[in-house]
Amino acid sequence: MSQEKTIRTTTDVDSLRSEIRDKSVRVIDVRREDDYKQSHIPTAVNLPLANLLSDDSPERVLKLVNSMGISDDTSVVVYDDTFGALASRVAWTLEYLGHSDVSLLETTFSKWKSLGLENDNKTPEVQTTNHSIHLKPEILATSNYLETSKDKPSVILIDNRERLNFLEQHIPGAISLPYRTLATSDKILRPKEDMKRLLDNRGITGNAEIITYCGSVGTLSGLAYYALKSVGLPNVKLYVRSFKEWKNLQKPTEKQQDANYWDLSAE
Amino acid sequence: MTVSDLKQAYPDSPKPKINWARIDEAEDFANTVKLFRQGKYDEDSFRRYRLQHGAYGTRMTSDYAMVRIKLPAGEIYPNQLEKISQLSEQFSIGNAHFTTRENIQLHWVILEDVSEIFRGLAEVGLTSREACGNSVRNVMCSPLAGVCPNEEFDSTPYALATARFFLRNPLSQNLPRKFKFTFTCCEKHGMVRMVDVGLIPQTRDLNGITQRGFKIFLGGGLGNKSFVGHQLEEFTPEEDLLHTSIAVIRIFDRLGDRKNMARNRMRYLVHEMGWEKFRNLVLKERAIVRATQSVITRLDVDHTPTVIKRLIKISDESGSQNPDGYNRWIKTNTLKQKQSDYNSVFITLEAGDITSSQISALAAIIGEFSSEGLARSGFAQNIALRYVHDDDMTRLYSRLLEVGLAKSGALTMAAPIGCSGTTSCNLALTNSHRLAKEIQRKFLELKLDQDDDLCDSSIKISGCPNACGQHGIATIGFFGGGARIGKEMYPNYQMSIGGRSDEETMLGATCHRIPAKRVIPVILKIIELFKQNKKPDDTLKEWIHRIVNGKEDSAIKSVLDMRKILDPLTIPPTIEEDPDFYNDYGSDSSYHTKTGKGECAA
Repeated sequence: MSQEKTIRTTTDVDSLRSEIRDKSVRVIDVRREDDYKQSHIPTAVNLPLANLLSDDSPERVLKLVNSMGISDDTSVVVYDDTFGALASRVAWTLEYLGHSDVSLLETTFSKWKSLGLENDNKTPEVQTTNHSIHLKPEILATSNYLETSKDKPSVILIDNRERLNFLEQHIPGAISLPYRTLATSDKILRPKEDMKRLLDNRGITGNAEIITYCGSVGTLSGLAYYALKSVGLPNVKLYVRSFKEWKNLQKPTEKQQDANYWDLSAE
Repeated sequence: MTVSDLKQAYPDSPKPKINWARIDEAEDFANTVKLFRQGKYDEDSFRRYRLQHGAYGTRMTSDYAMVRIKLPAGEIYPNQLEKISQLSEQFSIGNAHFTTRENIQLHWVILEDVSEIFRGLAEVGLTSREACGNSVRNVMCSPLAGVCPNEEFDSTPYALATARFFLRNPLSQNLPRKFKFTFTCCEKHGMVRMVDVGLIPQTRDLNGITQRGFKIFLGGGLGNKSFVGHQLEEFTPEEDLLHTSIAVIRIFDRLGDRKNMARNRMRYLVHEMGWEKFRNLVLKERAIVRATQSVITRLDVDHTPTVIKRLIKISDESGSQNPDGYNRWIKTNTLKQKQSDYNSVFITLEAGDITSSQISALAAIIGEFSSEGLARSGFAQNIALRYVHDDDMTRLYSRLLEVGLAKSGALTMAAPIGCSGTTSCNLALTNSHRLAKEIQRKFLELKLDQDDDLCDSSIKISGCPNACGQHGIATIGFFGGGARIGKEMYPNYQMSIGGRSDEETMLGATCHRIPAKRVIPVILKIIELFKQNKKPDDTLKEWIHRIVNGKEDSAIKSVLDMRKILDPLTIPPTIEEDPDFYNDYGSDSSYHTKTGKGECAA
């Protein structure tokens, strides 16, 4: 059971509800503070993504984790209202710190509410904890790392921005897998078999080293990180500073030439 | 199973009656792509296979495809639109494109994702099978069939039955070239004389019984060389519809040119053989078909009447005034149906483009406002919402306005057609797509959509001579090419005038070569000349019709006169005087022509 728990990437609605009842889970709501204060899933603590991003150094993250009452063996479930992208970025950060038992709620808060499930506006009492640090550099890609490894045949670089943005400009060698592709209309990630087939078709399989990136802070590509993990791909890294940093560093980019694809889009 | 699996979208809206899809084709496509990428499938066979399944190549790349989703008879249901919205966000560029042949195209799809689109389409009963390639393409039907005040009867069930009969039929899997059917409602709404087989419903009285049948036109078509179709016979009774269709396809299959790809549409066969000879062959072949086909080979025409169910509405909220632009929209976008109290509402899109969120909004709007519960794709890259009750028009307008779908001018000259051009097509020489949008914006800005003299005219633009933009039947038509002055190239259009697609169908007369950046000034100049020379009740269409037929008696008597007057507008400035002149629309770098291999004839 516990082994199964450590590899789950999403937590379904019913499981989370029973874990909340059992008080065996720490739920993190990553929406803005105002939204959180209005209503949230019972017992959830609030960690707005912007707050995390203002300084996501391991030392700071450790403080945040401790203040949310998360111990090394606490089961953590993260949710947002942004199709799982913001939650993914927070979950990934915890994972990077060395907290492995973290997963995403399978759906968004809006959907949770629309199903008529419990919510309240109480801020829970939290006992500060003392989490350890065991950084996992194997899930992080830096620009330097990416530059030296992206041309290796065993590395697959995935751009999770929308297709038009990809056509316009991307990191050379990247393939396009827009973040919308990963979800269904009511779940933040496709069912496993569905996801697996989609990725198989694209040649995203086996023991390849896979690096995901998106536009700026690793949210969309964070979701992709969990999409890839959900089908059991063993070696996935997030280029967390993504295309914004890549461009700022004036590293080479590529574009689809000789076509006015933007004019095909409706405003 | 969790709680979130339970909710279902659009539980009450009508579901498609016909399932056009086969789910196994998705899996087969995925496997074939894999084999192709592994080099186990040769390039030519793969291309034929891909096209047969409705995935077309994309400009200057083999990584991407365009998926052309067929809407037989133009019908589309809310759940289908919802799915297409989702697929376009997931696998395309976040929008979709309505074509002139009642297809919806998703562009810039990664070849390896095409099978996922097929899966999605199969969930809602749609297919792209035989939307490309040498097959019977989407069977079209007038968006007004069933509601047109001029029609003899509704041709929709016959269009659907024809589509069903030929889809995946061995008879039409390997024709010399593509083959197109169009059913219409009446002569006025036309579009039947420029297609391989065009059909107008008509009736005759036979011993006191009203007999249904069609006026059938054969051998028309637009392209590098266009021809107007010929009427087969006075009256083709409905029981002969299928026999005639099979006979024509069999003759084309047998005698069509399989070598010369550029000249192998059926219209060339008809032209080379001569109409009388071709006609006799068809009649003989039909007799053979009639005598030899099994009695179970017949069209499955579904005559179940459409259920018209208006959702119960709260009438007008406050008795307040009509919203801004409402009257203009009513005038230029809506038609009264033959059914009293009901209207057909046309939604004009910029050159057929619509965002995925607009598609999704439209799905909801159809469910709420169309009493038949579905929409029809139109002849002009547009969408028709029919059976909208008089009392719901104001609210519908407001709803469309909210989602940016209430642009006026849908049924006027202010809704130009532009093929996809250099936005995605391998053959394109110019950005015809963007030009159409620029013209529309200018026309709406000048409020020309409200001008009664212009409303029955049309502007149609193709990015190359191949006529996907139907320039040949436009009042003012354009096809793209490159022009050179010294070392510099600039985008250029060949302009024709006087084309039409109604009962007096004719192809436009070549008039002038117009630089891309002068197209709008030239159109406005023609309108100005018309206003100066028109007769009191004239329309631009009628005036130009007289000019091209040598029957005009004002200052401009011929196409040549027109050409001379426009001459000054067509002279290129130097690149120093006007560098922008040398760039195409949508591009800020100097223009050069670049094309890849076309697949229309693959």
